[in-house]
Formats: sequence, structure tokens, C-alpha cells
Amino acid sequence: MTDVLTQFWQAYLYQSNGGWSGVAVTLWLLVLSVSMGFAISIVLAVGRVSPRRWISFPIWLFTYVFRGTPLYVQILFIYAGLYSLDFIKHTPPLAAFFQSGFDCLVLALTLNTTAYTTEIFAGAIRASSAGEIEAARSFGMSRFALYRRIILPSALRRALPAYSNEVILMLHATSLAFTATVPDILKVARDANSATYQTFASYGVAALLYLCLSFTLIWLFRSYERRVLAYLGTRR
Amino acid sequence: MFLNGYGPLILAGTWVTIQLALLSLVVAIALGLLGAWAKLSDSWLPRVLATAYTTLIRGVPDLVLMLLIFFGMQIYLNDLTDLLGLDPINIDPFAAGVVTLGFIYGAYFAETFRGAFMAVPRGQLESGTAYGMREFQVFRRILFPQMMRHALPGVGNNWQVLLKSTALVSLIGLTDLVKVSQDAGNVTFKVFLFISLTGLIYLALTTVSNFILYGLYRRYSVGVREVML
Repeated sequence: MTDVLTQFWQAYLYQSNGGWSGVAVTLWLLVLSVSMGFAISIVLAVGRVSPRRWISFPIWLFTYVFRGTPLYVQILFIYAGLYSLDFIKHTPPLAAFFQSGFDCLVLALTLNTTAYTTEIFAGAIRASSAGEIEAARSFGMSRFALYRRIILPSALRRALPAYSNEVILMLHATSLAFTATVPDILKVARDANSATYQTFASYGVAALLYLCLSFTLIWLFRSYERRVLAYLGTRR
Repeated sequence: MFLNGYGPLILAGTWVTIQLALLSLVVAIALGLLGAWAKLSDSWLPRVLATAYTTLIRGVPDLVLMLLIFFGMQIYLNDLTDLLGLDPINIDPFAAGVVTLGFIYGAYFAETFRGAFMAVPRGQLESGTAYGMREFQVFRRILFPQMMRHALPGVGNNWQVLLKSTALVSLIGLTDLVKVSQDAGNVTFKVFLFISLTGLIYLALTTVSNFILYGLYRRYSVGVREVML
């Protein structure tokens, strides 16, 4: 345990060989994919509940495919599969994008979390109270104003418990980063393992770091939920 | 030739994945029931142990746990066989996959079952006892069927997550569907084709499970009045 810690503590936390690694990379992956996923999901969720089939069906298909296949297969598809196509190899901007493991990983994580988050938000939007919407209509609000002022503020709050779960699962999903050669916590653990042969200590440190990150996230979400869901009278 | 001759291998890999998922499900449900029982126990020791189990396992990524348990177990096993002067035993990746996935998802099932157990009114269990049923009979005839009604949505969710996480066992050296198609893609230079096929097979598996779960849900909801809102 001490060998692993004295040699690799910097790598586990923030840097190795002059580049970012470990917790810093894991958190950066999480922030990038979750924030992009959040923004895209709001738009897609509004489309998902649309009564027009030509809008809602493609979005349903997208979430169905991405929720029905393993993230690891999605990463392989984007990182190995797409890059093997000739038309991508011969289009320089695309080739440059798909050559980078980091880009591919962020793309895969974002698409994956977008699929789950869209369904979470769509469920919350569907559960909006009919009376509130009627009231807003009778005030003469446009469709956009209705969503911006009435539906989204309350739907996003009610979605918070499910959404916080999704963010924790995304933190766990970032551990697949090493398959795209991105130096996250688990990649450092693998390096530490092959350098010291202390398997249990190397992976154990990684597990403890993930545990701390998970608990911190859970705590942050709990405090935030208590604030914004106070009006629902949920006491925990 | 059928997929450059890789068709039979892909089918064999799919079969490995299905077996792995189903066997891990059995282990996970058994551990989940045990964990839920321990969490609802009156004495503190099982409660503390079960809470530690569910909290620690659910806070760490399944991939990290898989590597920790698989490679960690092997090293301790080697030490043990050295100590006893025996020949080294290599852990079979399939068995290790079943044990690890079962152990990890047991924690998720324990939480699902705990909630479902609590949703069955206590009076029903007491009346079972009053009819002279033994503890196990109360469990089998009264608690379990009603518990499953509440647990099924959660069980279905956990199953889908478990099925998808079987893709990770290729990383500990098991020749499952993902590993076979990766190899096939690398040899034939048709990576795109084989990875897409893998995705479609997983999609088919999750779609079939959706139908089965829907049937089970109907079966366990017999006698529940539905209210139109």
C-alpha cells in the first residue's frame, strides 16, 4: 500500500508525466459529458413528449438504442468502429477528431448520458400538473413561455432525485476511459499495478477514490435537493 | 461465407454472454434476498454488515470492483497455494465473472428487495402466522408473491443494467460476445461491421427481456385493481 501511495499519489490525484491524470481527468470527463448532456437533453425531452410522431419517434429511437446497448460497445463503436470507415479517415477534420481517444470518449459518454437524461426529463415533463398548464394557457403564454416559466422549472426540480442517480452512474461510467487510452483514475491504477505488482493496493486506492467522489456528489445533490424541493415537503 | 466465417464464433460468444448474465442474476438475487433480510433484521450485526455491503459496492464503479476482485482474488489465492505447497490454481474467468457480477448486483438487488419487503403490510404476515403457517411458509405463500409485485420494476431495471455490464468481462479475459467481435473485426478489418452487429445483438437481448418483464409484471399484478387517472 505504501509503495503504491508514495510512488503514485500525484498520478492518482492530478498529474503524471507532465500531463493531467487521475481524479482531475475523471472529474473533467464527468463535467464535460454531464453538462453537454444536460443541455441537449432538455431540448430532446421537449421533443420526446411532442404529440407529433415525426419529432418524438426519432428521439425515442435514439434513446432506445443508447439505453439498450452497453456503454463499452458504444465506446468501441465510436473509437474503433467509426475510425475504420474510409470516408472518415479521408476527411481530415473528422479523422483528427476520431483519432483522439479523449474526443471519442467524451462523445460516447455524452451521447450515453443524453439518452438516459432525456427519458428522465421527459418523464418529469409528462408528470406536470394539467391545472398549472391550463392556468398558464389562460394567461395567454406562448408555447415557449409556457415551457420556460412553468413546465421546465418544476419538471427539472422533480427530476432531480433521478438525475442525481444518473450523474453518479456517469461518474462510474468514466472508469471505462482507459479503454480509449485516457489517463483517468483506473488507468493510473493499472499503471501502478504493473509497476509495483501490488494488485490489491493499486485497485483498492482507485476504489477508495471513487467512493469518496461518489459520496461527495451524493452529499452535494442531497443538500441541493433539500433547497429546491423544499416546497414538496420532502424531509430526509 | 457467413460473416467471414466468424458467424459460429459470434453465436458462441452471444451464448457465453447470455449464460453469464443469467447465472449472475441467480447469484445476485440470492445475495439480494439475503442482504434485504439482513438489513431488516432485528439484531445489529447483520444490519451493519449488509449496510456496509450495499453502500460500499454501490459507491464504486463495477469495472473497478471487477478488476479488484478478479486480479486481487488471484493473487491471494496464489499466496494461499504457495503457503500450503500446492500447485497454483488459475481462477476460471467465467466463474470469476459470475461471482463478481453476482456480488456487485446483489447490492443493488438488496436495496430493491428491502423496499419491496417493507411495502407488504405486516398484518398479512401476522395473519399467516395466526393460521399456523411456519416462517418459511409465510415467506413462500404470502411475503414473496406480494413482494415481487413491488420489486419487479426495480428487478427489471437491475437486470437490464446487469445484462449490459456483462460487456465488461471481456476486459478480464473472457471470450464473450464483445471479445469475439473485437477479434473478428481486427482480423478481417471490418471493425465497423462487427461492432455494429454486437450492438444489435445487445439491443435484441434487451428488447426480448423487456417483453418477458412485461409478461412477469402482468403475472404478478393479478388481482390488483388499476385506476385510470
